[in-house]
Amino acid sequence: MGYNCVVCVKQVPDTSSITGEAMKADGTVNRAALPTIFNPEDLNALEAALAIRDEFGGAVTVITMGPPAACEVLRECLYRGADRAILITDRRAAASDTLATSYILSRAVRTIGTYDFVFCGRQAIDGDTAQVGPQLAEKLGVAQVTYFERLVDLRDRTARIRRNVGNGWEVLEVRLPVLVTVIDTANVPRPAAARRAMRYKRARTALEIAGEVKKATPQAVEAETAREVDKRLEALQAQGLAMEQWNLDDIQADLSWCGLAGSPTKVHRVQSIVLTKEGYTEIAPTQEGVSRMIHELVVDRTLG
Amino acid sequence: MIDVNPKGEVWVFAEQEDESLSEVSLELCGRARELADTLGVKMGAVLAGWNVRELSYRLIAHGADKVYYVHDTRLENYRTQPYARVLCQLVTKHTPQIVIFGATPMGRDLAPRVASEMKAGLTADCTDLQIGEYTDVKTKQTYRNLLLQIRPAFGGNIIATIINYDRWPQMATVREGVMAMRSGDPRRSGEIIEEKIEFNDFDLAVKLIEKHREPRKVNLKGARVIVAGGAGLGSKDNFKLIHDLAGAIGGVVGASRAAVDSGFIGKEHQVGQTGTTVRPALYIACGISGAVQHRAGMEESAKIIAINWDKEAPIFGVAHYGIVGDVNKIVPMMIKAIKQR
Repeated sequence: MGYNCVVCVKQVPDTSSITGEAMKADGTVNRAALPTIFNPEDLNALEAALAIRDEFGGAVTVITMGPPAACEVLRECLYRGADRAILITDRRAAASDTLATSYILSRAVRTIGTYDFVFCGRQAIDGDTAQVGPQLAEKLGVAQVTYFERLVDLRDRTARIRRNVGNGWEVLEVRLPVLVTVIDTANVPRPAAARRAMRYKRARTALEIAGEVKKATPQAVEAETAREVDKRLEALQAQGLAMEQWNLDDIQADLSWCGLAGSPTKVHRVQSIVLTKEGYTEIAPTQEGVSRMIHELVVDRTLG
Repeated sequence: MIDVNPKGEVWVFAEQEDESLSEVSLELCGRARELADTLGVKMGAVLAGWNVRELSYRLIAHGADKVYYVHDTRLENYRTQPYARVLCQLVTKHTPQIVIFGATPMGRDLAPRVASEMKAGLTADCTDLQIGEYTDVKTKQTYRNLLLQIRPAFGGNIIATIINYDRWPQMATVREGVMAMRSGDPRRSGEIIEEKIEFNDFDLAVKLIEKHREPRKVNLKGARVIVAGGAGLGSKDNFKLIHDLAGAIGGVVGASRAAVDSGFIGKEHQVGQTGTTVRPALYIACGISGAVQHRAGMEESAKIIAINWDKEAPIFGVAHYGIVGDVNKIVPMMIKAIKQR
């Protein structure tokens, strides 16, 4: 019988390597100038799911929502042991806040069908909000267990999970299905398996194949390109190397809950605080000097 | 979601565990009081638990006009779903315009669940909340008296201001320690309103099997501001200045190894390679020369103020602001400047 796990993963800009070049003149982030990585805690979420499958049987399905390039993290999941990978990609999903994102993910999880566990990393390093997990649980109408530390027991479709609450821990008992968010200290994610990496490095989504065909034969007429894409896709499908790609119609999403329209929160303004450390500002050791410095820190919002 | 309601109250979720209120809840009461005054509305606190009515008086002392108190054995220990049910039912009934939570493990578990059910906006980990206006670039429509939800993003590299003008309540979680805790006024009066909440089987399905809490440790890692003292303070008595400055600024006390070895303060406060590595928004190094082991543990801080009598001290090499002078004179000046801001 086993347990079916869905893992939500995200490709994120590597915020630890942000430099001045990553900021545009208007103070917004130039995502194109940033290297992307697999969101670290999503690797812990994947590991938690793989460990359950390895012990109890079942399957691990990974989903990610993002631009076509986000299939990089899906391939990484396949290398590490995931059974199935699905890309949710649609321009109409752009500018989704956490509420719209969780709605779209809930439609994707419902489209997958039956599941016992949904795993998410606690938070993604580009926003650090930790909101999508609990919001997805609510949208799916299932219980949530945040800050998963380890599985204490799993039997008869009931899980006992130890969660870390900062100043201690607790064990919750929950009937499946459940949504779990995983913290970085929960486990050590397994590395990519060499044989799987050899096999799945050729895994592609339809969009990726289309990109490759267009690049290889830029002069070809559209019909010809389409035929070539279909041919390659079929060949990959036969080898089990075609990654699924869903848009908002495929998951029957209500567009009024997606993208900008589905997002109650709007960004009003953004201010860059990237610093170039070239020497320091010398402050006179007087009350006036010190007060002026404190004022500066209040103005630039270092002090709340 | 609830309708936009400019007469709605400003609410704080009063987080309590084992009959004690979290500090951040009281910090939030102070700010919620100011927001409510700016808007000309009442401020309310939502308190849920079993036999915790007494806590209402502290909430009132810290600014609440009303405490919505839910007294129920099933709320004795925090669990997500029943607490979410409490918030959702009360928000639907009383239509507050703003609801804020501490960005604690509990608040960050609860608030998104509530926001999702209410189909309302939620901003995580705010470091400031203000009242202001927003003009939509496309429609040119201006919305006044909105909650400006200010937070760092992208690993602290940008500061974003978020608003929610149509799908209310406006919800936010706020980091611990970033809003100054005002001293409570025990003479303030307020109303305690007992509320009854209906739970269904699903709300109560998750069982708490075991619970273990540790005494609260120094939270250097999560601190937004760290005030650290070194051997330059000279004595344990003088080190008290570091606690005073940390208290005034809403920061956490850190220390160099030299200060710990001199017995000024416990090792759990030590910053550096052998202590804790930190990257707060502001690090104030007081009387710390800045040995490489110390710098390795703090040089990633977004802003660093160094105070040292020796202008050649290596700490100035990583500082954004440097003050060359007697730390025992300069720290009191900083406390004064902060209290006057």
